[in-house]
Amino acid sequence: MLQPTDIKNPAYFHKVVDCQWACPAHTPVPEYIRLIAARRYADAYMVNWESNVFPGILGRTCDRPCEPACRRGRVEDEPVAICRLKRVAADHKGDIRARLPRPVTKKNGKRVALVGAGPASLTVARDLLPLGYDVVCFDGDPQGGGMMRTQIPKFRLPEPVIDEEVGYILDLGLETRFGQRIDSMKWLLGQGFDAIFVGSGAPRGRDLDIPGRKETAANVHVGIDWLSSVSFGHITKIGRRVIVLGGGNTAMDCCRTSRRLGGEEVHVVVRSGFEEMKASPWEKEDAMHEDIPIHNFLVPKSFTHEAGRLTGVMFEKVKPEFDAKGRRSLMPTGEPDVHMACDDVLVAVGQENAFPWIERDAGIEFDKWGMPKVDAATMQSSLPHVFFGGDAAFGPKNIIWAVAHGRDAAISIDKHCQHEDVSQRPPPGFKMISQKMGIHEWSYDNDISNDLRFKVPLRDKAVALKDVRLEVELGFDEKQAFAESQRCLNCDAQTVFTHSLCIECDACTDICPVDCITFANNGTEQDLRTRLSAPSKNLTQDLYVSDALKTTRVLIKDEDMCLHCGLCAERCPTGAWDMQKSLIQMAHAGHECRSSSNA
Amino acid sequence: MTYIAKPRFRHPDLPKNTLGFTRRDYEGAVSTLCAGCGHDSISAAIIQACFDLDLPPHRIAKLSGIGCSSKTPTYFLGNSHGFNSVHGRMPSVLTGANLANRDLIYLGVSGDGDSASIGLGQFAHAMRRGVNMVYIVENNGVYGLTKGQFSATSDKGSKSKRGVINMDAPIDLVSMALQLGATFIARSFSGDKTQLVPLIQAALEHKGSAFIDCISPCVAFNNHPGSTKSFDYVREHNEAVNRLDVMVGRSEITADYAPGTVEMVTQHDGSVLRLRKLTADYDPHDRVSAMTYLQRRQEAGEIVTGLLYVDPEPDDLHVYMNTIERPLNELGEQELCPGPKALDKLNAALR
Repeated sequence: MLQPTDIKNPAYFHKVVDCQWACPAHTPVPEYIRLIAARRYADAYMVNWESNVFPGILGRTCDRPCEPACRRGRVEDEPVAICRLKRVAADHKGDIRARLPRPVTKKNGKRVALVGAGPASLTVARDLLPLGYDVVCFDGDPQGGGMMRTQIPKFRLPEPVIDEEVGYILDLGLETRFGQRIDSMKWLLGQGFDAIFVGSGAPRGRDLDIPGRKETAANVHVGIDWLSSVSFGHITKIGRRVIVLGGGNTAMDCCRTSRRLGGEEVHVVVRSGFEEMKASPWEKEDAMHEDIPIHNFLVPKSFTHEAGRLTGVMFEKVKPEFDAKGRRSLMPTGEPDVHMACDDVLVAVGQENAFPWIERDAGIEFDKWGMPKVDAATMQSSLPHVFFGGDAAFGPKNIIWAVAHGRDAAISIDKHCQHEDVSQRPPPGFKMISQKMGIHEWSYDNDISNDLRFKVPLRDKAVALKDVRLEVELGFDEKQAFAESQRCLNCDAQTVFTHSLCIECDACTDICPVDCITFANNGTEQDLRTRLSAPSKNLTQDLYVSDALKTTRVLIKDEDMCLHCGLCAERCPTGAWDMQKSLIQMAHAGHECRSSSNA
Repeated sequence: MTYIAKPRFRHPDLPKNTLGFTRRDYEGAVSTLCAGCGHDSISAAIIQACFDLDLPPHRIAKLSGIGCSSKTPTYFLGNSHGFNSVHGRMPSVLTGANLANRDLIYLGVSGDGDSASIGLGQFAHAMRRGVNMVYIVENNGVYGLTKGQFSATSDKGSKSKRGVINMDAPIDLVSMALQLGATFIARSFSGDKTQLVPLIQAALEHKGSAFIDCISPCVAFNNHPGSTKSFDYVREHNEAVNRLDVMVGRSEITADYAPGTVEMVTQHDGSVLRLRKLTADYDPHDRVSAMTYLQRRQEAGEIVTGLLYVDPEPDDLHVYMNTIERPLNELGEQELCPGPKALDKLNAALR
């Protein structure tokens, strides 16, 4: 027998807001999408800024874990364009500087060092500076931003956007030591900081050690290093024929950058199949849009060369084979090897962490893969006042994970500096607010748009390919943004059921457009899922179960397909159903997280 | 009243019937009745029954009179034929339509006011003529559209929402239908779709006059303590004589029941009704004892529901009148104007 669902637990309704649940920083997505629809761009931006620190940057570059999770993608083909709506908030917000925290003059006497000036470190700085910490940020590069500045091509993320959002944090009073690379942890430990945060990223691009590599060194480049050189203007040209090896997002950035630096025939070659490529589907789409073919199931065997010059790459043809456990291996097909001629090769086959600067006897424990031992909840290392975050903590991920790590690390650092137990994590802020305005009036727009996903307009290809610093995506205009925002189902408008008011008239069951409501005798979850109004196959989605009703039956609502249209509540004669907005906001470092203020 | 249209999105795994339709393809416009109205549940049951029977929507004609109940055909079967007639006159319009085109499936929807007051005469004659149709009365015992006066089916002694006691004797449409010769008679409750849907299916398969009295609480005016047509009252006093499963062709008979508790009734069209007896001595083929039983239980304050009477081999109006097999709209000039000789013959017969 299923117990009644505990809707007082913030996690229950948080999970229903699939996008927010999937976002590592738990950005309240529907909340900011409604603000965009209301043309309250600055408000929408601030909702984002509080959660994810870099709305303008993420609105162009995020890996968007929210979109595959979006419920809209379950009732029709495509999810809401959440990421690009975030950019709309950033593009149209106007001047928001007055709404940001001011630099604090009254310091708390604690000093924190940040290693690296990427998204993780900057998030720590953003959360700690307003609390009075002295924060010092070291980075080998002359400017802040880390991989956001060095590895993401400018045609995807223009420099002014980085300057602006990094600037908001520098303006909080961050002490920068840009140009100063830390090459000894022992030295840093000796500088008397109360806490150290390592956000140095995964800075080493994997090379490809196959025959011919040494001889062709002049024309075979490691992807992320090459992108960084392009970013700083050290490289401005590439050969006419380019082969990019690798199937991740870095490979997509490499091939598209090549197209802008003189590469006319640019080919991406991947070991695996097209579907298994690590690159996000939209990044593959963008590459193919720029006339870059992607070749699959080809394993590079050697770099061919003549008279000390690269002539091309030799590939072995492979096919996938699956063993009994379903594990895939790539087996040679036996067909003749394929030679592809080229002038330059970009190797984008993965990134690695590297900590040559952390002495192994500095007190920080490492695992057998050379990664520091870091607590996934607190980001604390084995040395209590040293914390890790971003790619430096658990290997290459993405910006939004770095932000989430930074937020968690800032909470830990604050607790550590206040001599509190870092393992006691603060719960999220959780509010439920009824949306009822009148008999059939809700304070959210419950009429659902039937529009299909809108495409973001692009700059004309001929123009875009001429300038490596010219942003290719133009972003939604206000009208498009409004139309796209109307596709959002408002999953945070929760269906809240009060069993004592229900008269079991079936009105909600009858009206529900997606058959997610059932009244039945209670049972086990497995049994109940076979007795619902509609097939219930998505086991990752919860069943909302009520207390026993007058007839001893219970209400069961399968959250999976719920459109949050509110028709159950509109058709309910007794108000047993109500639509309530759940507002869940992650805690940030500060007084409310400290146990002394909770007591 | 609901203001937004029901979203077009449906559950992607919703089953389809042999025609390739989902249940949602049998829906109509969104209801404008009060939230929680029992009538909306009956609409949903009709939708489910038509979907389950794979009925092509364009072969169904839905007819109604006036009242809350008679508004409902707008809210189901949006792709079927519809006729909203004068108050209480649905039975005669339906009879006429049936005579003109016997190929359609006729579904008459009416209420206690429409059928037991202004249209009582029409109701009676449609029953006694054996019109091949399903006649559903959505019975809430109250005049909802005019703010809650007692209707002709309100029980004596029941209390109105304003506290007035009803002194008039009620009209029991089921007893009348039994007495007047309807060949399929059932009573059900809008709050019990597991009972209602198979009854509607069986009635749709029945080739003769099928009548369903469906108690349908009016949440606005007749769902209070003291009412005998409220959700609570009906649930407390409901006495189902049997449970019905309808099997048409493709469904298999799998369940095992103790001997004597199940009866299979094969209807004229080949559909099989599986009746699970809940009251051991109730025989749904004996008109007289059914009438007695109903009166007794009614006296005891119970509401008898289920399939109360069925004649598996009924006749209908077309048999009585010896009409042509084909619908009139399929007849050509030849058949419709048989010429002066035929006219002379006819005239001679009338001299």
